[in-house]
Amino acid sequence: MKLELRGITKKFGSFTANDNIDVVVEDSQVHSLLGENGAGKSTLMNVLFGLYEATSGQVLIDDRPVSFNGPGDAMAAGIGMVHQHFMLVPVFTVAENVALGDEATKAAGILDLEATRRKIREISEQFGFHVDPDAIVEDLPVGVQQRVEIIKALVRDARILILDEPTAVLTPQETDELLSIIGQLRDNGTSVVFISHKLREVKAVSDVITVIRRGRVVGKAEPEASASELASLMVGREVNLALGKEDATPGEETFRVEHLNVVAPTGQVLLDDISFGVRQGEILAVAGVQGNGQTELTQAIMGLMDQATGRVMLEGENLLGRSVKSIINSGVGFVPEDRSTDGLVSTFTVAENLVLNQYDRAPYARGLNMRPAVINRNAEDKVEEYDIRTQSGQSNAGTLSGGNQQKVVMARELSRPLKLFIASQPTRGVDVGSVEFLHRRILAERDGGTPVLIVSTELDEVAELADRIAVLYKGSLVGIVPGDTPREVLGLMMAGSSAAEAGATPLPEATDQGSGAAAANPNQEEESGNE
Amino acid sequence: MSTATTTPSAGVTSVGTAHRNWSTPMVLAVLALVALLGFAIGSPSATARFRISTDHDAIKVPDVMLGTTLVGWIGAILLLGLAAYSFRLTSRRATAPKWLVPAFAAIWVIAFLVWVIGSANNPNVYFSGLIAGSFTLAIPLIFGSLSGVLCERTGVINIAIEGQLLAGAFGAAVVGSITQSLLAGVLAAVVASMLVSAVLAVFSIKYMVNQIIVGVVLNVLVAGLTSFLFSTVMKADTALFNSPPSFHNIRIPGLADIPVFGPIFFDQTILGYGMYVAVFLVWFGLFKTRWGLRVRAVGEHPQAADTVGIRVKAIRFSNVLLAGVVAGLGGAFFTLVTSSSFSKEMTAGQGFIALAAMIFGRWNPIGAFFASLLFGFSLNLSFVLSILGTPVPNQFMQMLPYIVTIFAVAGLAGKSRPPASNGVAYVKE
Repeated sequence: MKLELRGITKKFGSFTANDNIDVVVEDSQVHSLLGENGAGKSTLMNVLFGLYEATSGQVLIDDRPVSFNGPGDAMAAGIGMVHQHFMLVPVFTVAENVALGDEATKAAGILDLEATRRKIREISEQFGFHVDPDAIVEDLPVGVQQRVEIIKALVRDARILILDEPTAVLTPQETDELLSIIGQLRDNGTSVVFISHKLREVKAVSDVITVIRRGRVVGKAEPEASASELASLMVGREVNLALGKEDATPGEETFRVEHLNVVAPTGQVLLDDISFGVRQGEILAVAGVQGNGQTELTQAIMGLMDQATGRVMLEGENLLGRSVKSIINSGVGFVPEDRSTDGLVSTFTVAENLVLNQYDRAPYARGLNMRPAVINRNAEDKVEEYDIRTQSGQSNAGTLSGGNQQKVVMARELSRPLKLFIASQPTRGVDVGSVEFLHRRILAERDGGTPVLIVSTELDEVAELADRIAVLYKGSLVGIVPGDTPREVLGLMMAGSSAAEAGATPLPEATDQGSGAAAANPNQEEESGNE
Repeated sequence: MSTATTTPSAGVTSVGTAHRNWSTPMVLAVLALVALLGFAIGSPSATARFRISTDHDAIKVPDVMLGTTLVGWIGAILLLGLAAYSFRLTSRRATAPKWLVPAFAAIWVIAFLVWVIGSANNPNVYFSGLIAGSFTLAIPLIFGSLSGVLCERTGVINIAIEGQLLAGAFGAAVVGSITQSLLAGVLAAVVASMLVSAVLAVFSIKYMVNQIIVGVVLNVLVAGLTSFLFSTVMKADTALFNSPPSFHNIRIPGLADIPVFGPIFFDQTILGYGMYVAVFLVWFGLFKTRWGLRVRAVGEHPQAADTVGIRVKAIRFSNVLLAGVVAGLGGAFFTLVTSSSFSKEMTAGQGFIALAAMIFGRWNPIGAFFASLLFGFSLNLSFVLSILGTPVPNQFMQMLPYIVTIFAVAGLAGKSRPPASNGVAYVKE
């Protein structure tokens, strides 16, 4: 089936998210839309899927113009979509999720789930999905949930499948499996629209690449194009992808996490006996698929988790059990993973946000008074130093773009002498150009002799920055390996294999701590501790 | 952000075996000790007499005589055994079998009943009447909790059950009285309750006002309005406005004479029989039909429903109205069955008990049915015991349903999980 978008424009108020976009997806073709976060890719697909109404422009299927009033219409026309955040009901079974909205029924609207199960088994066999129709969706790994989404589309006879940032939540292995599934789908005559900002995957899977920047099509490319060519198309200027960092010269180990456990009130073990150390002038990157305990780890260190037990030692003092404020004041810089809710107060000005961690101390305060003049001068300096694109320091932080918001957070956290720097997803949603800048800042902090802990789900970022890599899986530390460990090995570890099984050389520290053994048998230690 | 909260569960949920939750065995142990000290050691050494049949019943069953000491000791030993079993399971990190808590509760209640009746001044009770009375008291609760289930399964919190019941009772009384028609009375109850629902729906779905606040305000509004009309209009001409006809029981010959069960299932008013039908229909509809699948999807993950072409707001709207219909039937029960006229705030908080029954019943119609029965039973027990004259002050008996609710909702009977988007208005992007 051929899909054509002709002159699509979508405006939200005065903001133009899509500006006269033309895209043609041929039959049995994998067509990638490459662009940075916020470039307008998802908006375009939501227009196509009937979730938004286009301000102007036309959608044509097999050269006939169509118009959709909602997702139901789009599906009836043979368009299926796998959303970035899965549209699955977690407490339903696979069969119920697949049936929803397009239910097979017997008389009087009584569900016929058996018919749906049969279809799921057929598709599952055809593509080797291994999906049990009666499994509850929330119990399934993310990769399998994604297959359920694909089945959902295929059951509805989708001839065009839109995948919106499908690899964001997958391990590298799951990503490879997905890419091969996409290949199979194409060979079966399904057209695929693959939306991503990850160059490697786009190059691996596409027949045609359309690059979108700031709501406009800025170019088409063949998958053979080099990564740096694609990146500069995406960003609109030359990009130097290689950071070219120098080796670390680690000093004394001043930061240690020992036997850190976090158990949720519901009884879930969120962190299971985590122990590691970071030396001065070294970056330890924590890798893992999203949702394997990274958030809890950083929050526990920052004193944001009440249920944490164990010890978090910084220069000989235990941070655990202390207030967040006292932890910050002891010299810990923290970039939270979600800047819009945790990193900034979006209704405060940029200047105010830049001193959120020091507003009550000199030089920004004297006694009970804040000193606006000093705060504003600080804002001017930081805006220039970090190249923050804002009208002035007096603009509300919420009006800035994602990348510039991140620069505000980073500028604030790096603007004082630190004993420990923690950054969670430091460049999520930041344009490629700013990524490089932020990475250099982090390296500078390391070279200044600060222990640095980076949490990232992007393997590229981990590889770029890490001197050592710690891999988290289901709340346990799988192992700590050198920074140059190949991504295939990391991928296996992110899926739960130990460093040795994955073929990596675990660093001596990881084995000394016995973290591998503790992860394999968490009960043993606890029970011996009880005696 | 919903995405931030849903994604971690994907990777981390399955790890939760290492943590042991001791709350269930602890509570069971305390209750078992209460049984040991109170019912076994503190036995009044009397005989409790449970009359099953009355003199004019067709089928006669001999009275059941139970020695308080014997039953107290057997009960206490069984309860201690179950509590110990629960400790053992928890220490082995095994999940308790489903029968454990219900069995414990049943034994405890039996031991308690025998003890409390045995301690009474007049240690004999008409058991069939006790049960049948519980059902009668439970019927409006069941309708109310079904109304709650219908609302909350689509994601609209229904605090207004009390108001719906009261509006229904008022409507049935006025219209039933003017027309002297039962059918018209029931229809008026349904319409009045639906009006309350409609306000709830408009404000919570269309205008996205906080649903709890709308519900609370509706309760106060209905209470005020009906009280006002009661004292100005109804009192002026009671014969015209407040003398509704009453439903009569329809006895199914033969079957109605079965001891204990006969009066419950085969000697009810049309509204009573309708309650059984309603419970079945709501359960069947929710879990076996296309409509139910969509309703539950809308309550759990409205966006997912929207992306497969389901009209979220329309389903929510229609379900809230349907909840009004069901609650209206429960309201009619007050003025057309239990009492012969409307009185000020006559629902007396039963809408809130119905709400608790819905939560205790885990948003499931069958669960809500049994939870309502439990509450009806403890309500009726408090009436009966006050007549028999027991050592437990009546007020404490009346607290029983609420104490049970607190324990139930606090998670004693397993984790109670509401629909994920309950109370969250749906905003289309």
